[in-house]
Amino acid sequence: MPYIIGLSLSLASFWLLMSGIYTPLILFLGFVSVLFVLYLIRRMDALDEDVFEFKLKTKYFSYWSWLAKEIFKANINVSKVILSPRLKLSPRMVRVPLSQSTELAKVIYANSITLTPGTVSVEIEGNEIIVHALTQELMDGLIEGDMDKRVTHLEEA
Amino acid sequence: MIELFLDLTSTGLLAAGSIFVLIGAFGLIRLPDFYTRLHASGITDTLGAELILLGLMFQAGLSLVTVKLILISLFIFFTSPTATHAVANAARVMGLKPMLVPDKDIETTEDR
Repeated sequence: MPYIIGLSLSLASFWLLMSGIYTPLILFLGFVSVLFVLYLIRRMDALDEDVFEFKLKTKYFSYWSWLAKEIFKANINVSKVILSPRLKLSPRMVRVPLSQSTELAKVIYANSITLTPGTVSVEIEGNEIIVHALTQELMDGLIEGDMDKRVTHLEEA
Repeated sequence: MIELFLDLTSTGLLAAGSIFVLIGAFGLIRLPDFYTRLHASGITDTLGAELILLGLMFQAGLSLVTVKLILISLFIFFTSPTATHAVANAARVMGLKPMLVPDKDIETTEDR
């Protein structure tokens, strides 16, 4: 119960901050949307106290800036593939090993792969992740394991 | 002077973002199958959307609008890969085979 109250209060304050218009009708709509979100969370069976902890560490920021750079490079790379007059595709779908042990780190790794254009994580199975890549080159870059190492480094205390 | 500089930066970012969104749309039509098309939509989701949001931040200046734009770009960063993964995963569960992929890849990624 305290969790539900805390959640509704934070949702309501976030809504008030974002809205900026405080007439009765709009406030009522905000109230309804908070209730709706609570209902959705209950339907997803996620309304328990068992919230996973996410501590913001300084090394996340260096990872994010590295990731932003990688995303930029991959964007240019995939744009070139799309715009080249003869589409030179060599798609691969491969099991890539992952070395993270916590769920959070696995999700960060899988989402980083998907966020980088040209590689999409299709499924996580145990210690492997099935990845679809647009070209052989992009797949080779992933198999090198640089991103994997960096995410595993995030996991360490 | 600073106004002009901000305007030019913002225009440049918006134009670059629009170009990447266009490239993403172009790829969506040009690429052959479902899985490869996902990569094209990745361009629109990342560089296209983020450059446009950044350009809009330069227009808004230091205000609540910029805070909202930053929040939007963060939400895109968290939700877009999750959605892409969900769609790709659903396709795999339904048994859709990727095109042009070497046969040995398909064998090794079949369900064990």
